[in-house]
Amino acid sequence: MRGNLIVFQFLGIPPQALFGQLLIGLINGSFYALLSLGLSVIFGLLNIINFAHGAQYMMGAFVAYFLLQYAGLGYWWALLLTPVLMAGLGMALERTTLKRLYHLDHLYGLLLTFGFALIIQGVFRHAFGSSGLPYPIPPELAGGRNLGFMFLPNYRAWVIVFSVGVCLATWYVIEWTKLGSYLRAATENPALVRAFGINVPRMITLTYGFGVGLAALAGVLAAPIYQVNPLMGADLIIVVFAVVVIGGMGSIMGSIVTGFALGVVEGLTKVFYPEASNTVIFVIMAIVLLVRPTGLFGRAS
Amino acid sequence: MSSVGAEVESATPAEAPAGTLRHQAVAFVIMVAVLVVLPFFVYPIFLMKALCFALFACAFNLLIGYVGLLSFGHAAFLGAAGYVTAHAAKVWGWPPELAIVAGTATAAALGLAVGAVAIRSRGIYFANITLALAQMIYFFFLQAKFTGGEDGIQSVPRGTLFGFLDLRPTVTLYFVVLAIFLAGFLLVHRTIHSPFGQVIKAIRENEARAISLGYRPEHYKLIAFVLSATLSGLAGGTKAIVFQLASLTDVHWTMSGEVVLMTLLGGLGTVFGPVVGAFLLITIEHYLAQLGAWVTIVQGVIFVICVLAFRRGVVGELARLIRRPL
Repeated sequence: MRGNLIVFQFLGIPPQALFGQLLIGLINGSFYALLSLGLSVIFGLLNIINFAHGAQYMMGAFVAYFLLQYAGLGYWWALLLTPVLMAGLGMALERTTLKRLYHLDHLYGLLLTFGFALIIQGVFRHAFGSSGLPYPIPPELAGGRNLGFMFLPNYRAWVIVFSVGVCLATWYVIEWTKLGSYLRAATENPALVRAFGINVPRMITLTYGFGVGLAALAGVLAAPIYQVNPLMGADLIIVVFAVVVIGGMGSIMGSIVTGFALGVVEGLTKVFYPEASNTVIFVIMAIVLLVRPTGLFGRAS
Repeated sequence: MSSVGAEVESATPAEAPAGTLRHQAVAFVIMVAVLVVLPFFVYPIFLMKALCFALFACAFNLLIGYVGLLSFGHAAFLGAAGYVTAHAAKVWGWPPELAIVAGTATAAALGLAVGAVAIRSRGIYFANITLALAQMIYFFFLQAKFTGGEDGIQSVPRGTLFGFLDLRPTVTLYFVVLAIFLAGFLLVHRTIHSPFGQVIKAIRENEARAISLGYRPEHYKLIAFVLSATLSGLAGGTKAIVFQLASLTDVHWTMSGEVVLMTLLGGLGTVFGPVVGAFLLITIEHYLAQLGAWVTIVQGVIFVICVLAFRRGVVGELARLIRRPL
C-alpha cells in the first residue's frame, strides 16, 4: 500500500483522486453493464437493437420519481415496482408494434425504436424541461464510510453490489436454467424450438419486457446519483452501444464484463488524460473492431 | 430476410420498362423548373437550407438505398465539413469555393477512416459502429479549440466565388447553391446507373454471389461510403457558407437521425425521395420551431408511422402508383 502511494505521488496524482475516479468508473460501469446486458438479451432473441433503451432507462428514473411524489412510495418500492411497470409497458409495445416488423430487415426495428426514443424524450422534455429533478438517497443508505485511503458513500457501494448481483443472476438464469436453455435455443433456431411446442412469440414478448425492465431498474438506481433528467439516457445509450459492440453483440457475459471494465477504463482515463475521457470507449471500440470484428466475446455472425 | 433497399426495390416493377429513364428525365426537368421559380415566391434562405439537406439526404440514400447500409453517423461528415469550411473562410480568409473544397475533402478523409473501420460489418452492427465513431468525432469538435465549443464558428464571410461572383446577394447565392445541389444530385444519379452502381446493387442483393463472380464487396462498399461521405461534406460546407455558421448541431447524432428520417419519409432507394423528404421535413420543422420539444415528438411520430405503415415513402408510393421507378 505504502509503495503504491509513493508511486502515485511520483506521477503527481493524489491517491484520493485515483480511487475517487475508480469508484466513479465502477458506478458508470454498473450502468453500462446493466444497460448493455438488457440490450444483449433483447438483441439475442429479437435481433433488434433497442434504440429506445436510453429513453426507457430515463423513464425508469421518472417512474421512481412519480411513485415518490404522487404515491408516497419510497426508493425500495420503486426498485421493485418500476421494473415491473416498465416491463409491462415494453411488452405492450412489442405486442402492438415491434411484432409487425419481424418479417422485415432488422434495421426497421432499429428505426422504429429510434422513433420511440424521440417521442419519449420529446414528451418528457416538453413536460419537465431540461433541468434535473432531485431524488433523495434512501435513509438506510445515506452516509458513507472511511476506508482509510478514500471515502466510500454507502449508496454508491450499494449500486455496485446490487448491479453485480442482478447481472450475475441474469447470467445464471440464461446460461444454467431450463428457461435459459429454451431462450438460447430460440436464439439459434426459433422455428425448431416452436416445433417442440414452445411458445416462442410469447418468449420474445417476455424477453423484450425483461430487457426494458433491466433498463428501468438501472434508471431507478441512477435516480439518487444523477438527477432525474429527460435527457439522462440520450447520450449514455450511444456509449452503451459502443460497449455492446466491444463485448460482442448478444454475448451475455461479454456485455457484463466489458460494461464494468470500460467504466473503470473511462475513470482511469479521467485521472491520467482527462481530455480523452469522453472518447476513450469509442477509440477502444475502433481498435477492437480492427482486430476482432465480432467483438471480444462475440461469435462470428 | 430482404434487405432494406431490396424491399423498396420490389415496390417498383422488377423489370424497369424502356421508358424508365425518360420518366426520370421528365421528373428531373420538373424539379429543376420548380427550384428555379420557387425563390421568387418562397424565402430563399429557407430553400437553401432545404437544398443543403436534400443533397445530404441524397448522399445518405446512396448508401442505404443502393448499398443497403444504414449509417447512423452521417452527421459527422456534414458537421466536420461545415467546421472546416467555416474556419477556412473566416480565419484563413479562403474564397468560398476553396473553403467548400477543403470541407468536402475533410469529409472524404473522415469517410475513408470511418469506412475502413465500419465497412466489414453489416446491418445493425454497421449502424451501431458508425453511430459510435460519429459520436467520437462529435466529442472532438466539442473539445477542439478552433470550433468555439457551444458558440460554434459564427459570422463566416460568404465571400466572392471564383473572384468575381459576390455571394452576398441572396438570389445569387441561391442559384450557386442550386447548382451545387444539382451537380451532387446528378453525380449520385450517374453513380447509380453506372457499371459501378450495378455492382453495388448486385452486392446488396446477393453478396456471396458477387464474391463468386470475382468482385470484392468491401472495396465497392468503401468507395460508395467515401462518395456518400464526400457529398455529405459538400452539403455541410455549402450550408456553412449559406448560414455563415458552423455549430455542434450539425455534428450531433440527432442530425444523423434526421437525415435517416428525411430519406425514409421521401422513400429509401428512390432517386427523388430524399429531395422530397428533405423539403417536407424542413418545412415541418420550420413551422414547429417555436414549439421546442414538439419538433422531436413529431419527428418520432413520423418515424413510427413511416416504419409501421409507410415504408415506401412519398416518392416510393408515387412510383408504385404510376408503376415506374422515380
